[in-house]
Amino acid sequence: MTSLTLVRRLNARPSIVFDALITPEGIAHWWGPDDGPVLVAETDPRVGGRFRVRFRMLDGSEHECSGEYLEVVKPERLSMSWRWTGGAEDPGESHLAFTLRAVARGTELTLTHSRLHDAETRRSHEEGWTGAIDKLERHFLAVERSSP
Amino acid sequence: MVNYSERLDRTFAALVDPTRRAILARLEREDGASISALAQPFAIKLPAVMKHLDVLDDAGLITRSKAGRTVTVRLRPAPMREAIDWLHRYERFWSESLDRLAAYVENKEAEARKKRR
Repeated sequence: MTSLTLVRRLNARPSIVFDALITPEGIAHWWGPDDGPVLVAETDPRVGGRFRVRFRMLDGSEHECSGEYLEVVKPERLSMSWRWTGGAEDPGESHLAFTLRAVARGTELTLTHSRLHDAETRRSHEEGWTGAIDKLERHFLAVERSSP
Repeated sequence: MVNYSERLDRTFAALVDPTRRAILARLEREDGASISALAQPFAIKLPAVMKHLDVLDDAGLITRSKAGRTVTVRLRPAPMREAIDWLHRYERFWSESLDRLAAYVENKEAEARKKRR
């Protein structure tokens, strides 16, 4: 089971961060892999409600993701299912979770995008995967550096 | 033609097994090893090792070449690179998004503080 976790400290209180995660206005400001615009942001932030976000990248390509809210605990935790709509890139459903913790000058935000490659790997153990990737990555970086 | 997603499935499936990862890790360190040398550190029989090698071969992660009686196994890194690139796409996606999220909420926080004064 493949997952990705990122942790950030933000100089803003949890309630402000949480609003930015669930409001269309907030999402429009930050969602997407580059500075291309968010074209559609729809949210219904309650358990069983849905979200849909469509964005355009600077290369002109448009992508859409959508899913269902699974946990909405303001301002602590938000999780949802995730699927690329209409894209051939990753056909499966994955799982996205945000955990917010109040810290001295703001919020510690933990993002976990999991079950990223489910089909074959769900039944096997997660243990070791990240380590394996890390090690392989070091290997490839070394190879790249040593190639002319 | 095997599509991208199926190829990734096979790479990930091949990588989840610890014995297979150990074999790959060894092939990273050594430029080619014989099958008996690969089997040596494991408490499993040669046929079981052969099975693991078949899985790695099917996933395109190794090549086997025969010279006389010796089969030499080598790492073939392309599918692994593809799997890593794929994971990196998600990492970039979220990392860039969170950078903008940070800028946005920090602005909002500053506004909220101003209002309170």
